[in-house]
Amino acid sequence: MTSQLIKGKNIVKDDWVTAELAETEQIVRMQAGKIVAFKLSGEDYPGEEQVKNSIFPATGKTLLPLKVFILHQEELSERLANGEIGIWFSTHEEIHSVTGTIGDLNDFPLIAIHVEKFADGRIFSIGSQLRNKYNFKNELRAFGDVLRDQIFFLKRSGFNSYLIRKDRDAKDAIKGLDDFSDPYQGASDIEDPVWKRRKR
Amino acid sequence: MYKYDQIDQKIVNERVDQYQSQLNRYLNKELSDEEFRPLRLQNGLYIQRHAPMLRVAIPYGLLSSNQLHKLANIADKYDRGYGHFSTRQNIQFNWPKLEETPDILRELAEVEMHAIQTSGNCIRNITTDQFAGVTDDEIIDPRHIAEIIRQWSTFHPEFALLPRKFKIAITGSKKDRALVQCHDIGLEFFINSNKEMTIKVWVGGGLGRTPIIGSVIKNELGWEHILTYCEAILRVYNLYGRRDNMYKARIKILVKSLGIEAFRKLVEDEWSYIKNGPNTINTEELSRVKKYFSEPAYKKDIKNHLKDYESNKAFSQWLSRSTNTHKKKGYRAVTFSLKETGCAPGDASSTQMRAVSNLSDKYSFGEIRVSHEQNLILADVQEDELYELWNEAKEYHLVTPNIGLLTDIICCPGGDFCSLANAKSIPIAQSIQDLFNDMDYLHDIGDININISGCMNACGHHHVGHIGILGVDKDGSEWYQVTLGGNQGNFASIGKVIGPSFSADEIPFIIRKIIEVYLKNRQEEEIFIDCVSRIGLEPFKNYIYKKVEA
Repeated sequence: MTSQLIKGKNIVKDDWVTAELAETEQIVRMQAGKIVAFKLSGEDYPGEEQVKNSIFPATGKTLLPLKVFILHQEELSERLANGEIGIWFSTHEEIHSVTGTIGDLNDFPLIAIHVEKFADGRIFSIGSQLRNKYNFKNELRAFGDVLRDQIFFLKRSGFNSYLIRKDRDAKDAIKGLDDFSDPYQGASDIEDPVWKRRKR
Repeated sequence: MYKYDQIDQKIVNERVDQYQSQLNRYLNKELSDEEFRPLRLQNGLYIQRHAPMLRVAIPYGLLSSNQLHKLANIADKYDRGYGHFSTRQNIQFNWPKLEETPDILRELAEVEMHAIQTSGNCIRNITTDQFAGVTDDEIIDPRHIAEIIRQWSTFHPEFALLPRKFKIAITGSKKDRALVQCHDIGLEFFINSNKEMTIKVWVGGGLGRTPIIGSVIKNELGWEHILTYCEAILRVYNLYGRRDNMYKARIKILVKSLGIEAFRKLVEDEWSYIKNGPNTINTEELSRVKKYFSEPAYKKDIKNHLKDYESNKAFSQWLSRSTNTHKKKGYRAVTFSLKETGCAPGDASSTQMRAVSNLSDKYSFGEIRVSHEQNLILADVQEDELYELWNEAKEYHLVTPNIGLLTDIICCPGGDFCSLANAKSIPIAQSIQDLFNDMDYLHDIGDININISGCMNACGHHHVGHIGILGVDKDGSEWYQVTLGGNQGNFASIGKVIGPSFSADEIPFIIRKIIEVYLKNRQEEEIFIDCVSRIGLEPFKNYIYKKVEA
């Protein structure tokens, strides 16, 4: 099978293994209207049990769920130093609540954000914060419901790799990166707005 | 007005290509209905009751004669010869064919127009005062900042898929005609004590299902920070606004549930690291955009001989209702009413559009404005040409002298067209206009707004109508709830429901009863809304429901 991963503007082989969260039947309803971690459905996710039950490969480049990494942080320190640990989290999770506990984000060669639904635009603000607020410099990947028509926005929000949904043609999706050639506003990729870049 | 350079034109052209590709992939079944939906919506395309509806952007309500001419041609070529001007100062076509929508966009691009972000969960058309630049109570012309915000918000990558739609309004006058307190973000320009252009920022206002007047998040913001500050507000909203329930997804719900203090703190935290960042506006950019809005070549010493026409009652009535004072001596702003009895409020035929386009070339420097009250405006007409203009416009049914009067009804398309509506709204407006057909009586009643929405989404702004009418569905039939005491402007307020709802047939007579109570109770020169504020709802309720004389 050809790869679904776009890095920069090319399709490349994915040399990371993504560790999934364990299956769960636990549902926690959160109170409405507060700043809490909402999944699109309004449930808390992942739950504590689920994090505990999640398993992952013992060697090689491994992309771990954020909460699973935190749980196993000490035993993973050597692998982290070897550059073989990345983390992923979903759009409802908040990186700022754990930045103090997981050390320097730039120790991770890869951070990936999972977007459950195309219409969930939180991923863009998360990308922007990772680049501009937390100065994350390494590979930032989007995966999940990732399609041609969001990747221009993802690129501009600081992402540089995109795992296209399995049933779609990644080669076709690359075209989306060039939808617009000279955007108006400054963002994470091109920082200056057009009026500073060009004589108007 | 603003003219595109190569950069603007290229973005709009690239958008047409992108949309064409999206539509092709949808028609080839490479995109599902669900996947195409947010894409078509961001381009103003709704799937309606009868056909798709295409909403075309009119940035801050400003049109050139050339653009209006093009809209008329599009109405003839792709639609049924008319268009509907909306409360967001945009225009909607109700009968285009899906396959032809890219062709329409291509034609629009030829005259520097588009349908970008006219719908969907993104930053919508920026709106402002229809009298910007010409009104004598203006402190700052808001149009150049509106244009800068338009460009910044166009395809802003971070805010392309928000929890819900997001509306920004700007005012620079003493009297707010842009409803800034009823917007997701409202920007009120003023000059601070150091004589600098400054902005008071309102957040979390809105109509819809849960009407809320906005809160002030920042009392004084330097103009150069407006983009980064909006970015901070939008980032907090994008991350924390609810996405599990679309009825609770607007920023107003987030602001209300957190409280303005907590919300402000989150915004200030975000702003702290982007303040003074690359999107901070510099004076070069401000002056570049500003020069597009410089004054036209006004004439001096215009002889005003309006007195000669005093005996012409129809003209005098029009002069008093449909023209506004102007900052330049000898000029007035003229409002063409799209509220003639028998026509759907806000609708204009292609013939009318062409006529307005031609009249603007002849009398008003070739520019037209659309008001959120759904009328068309020529902003710079010489007083000595008003009579000729009136005479010419009469033929096209544009001079009904009802601006600001009871029959100048704000109305959404309603159940006749919109698939969201619970009830029809256009026939309600028409039945009220039919009952109140005596122009002298209307002038005697004076200033009053009736706003009608066919559903909770409140496109007809019923909450802020002095009289608001809301279509509701009860066991499958259409009923209408009436509110009193809503108001727009600097003293915005949300109307209160007077009691159980009415059938469509009853509505005009209920309006008549409301007016009777007002006429009995008003003090000298007291306008309707002031009278309602003074006497309260009881006399109206008693008369309508208990038949107690007021």
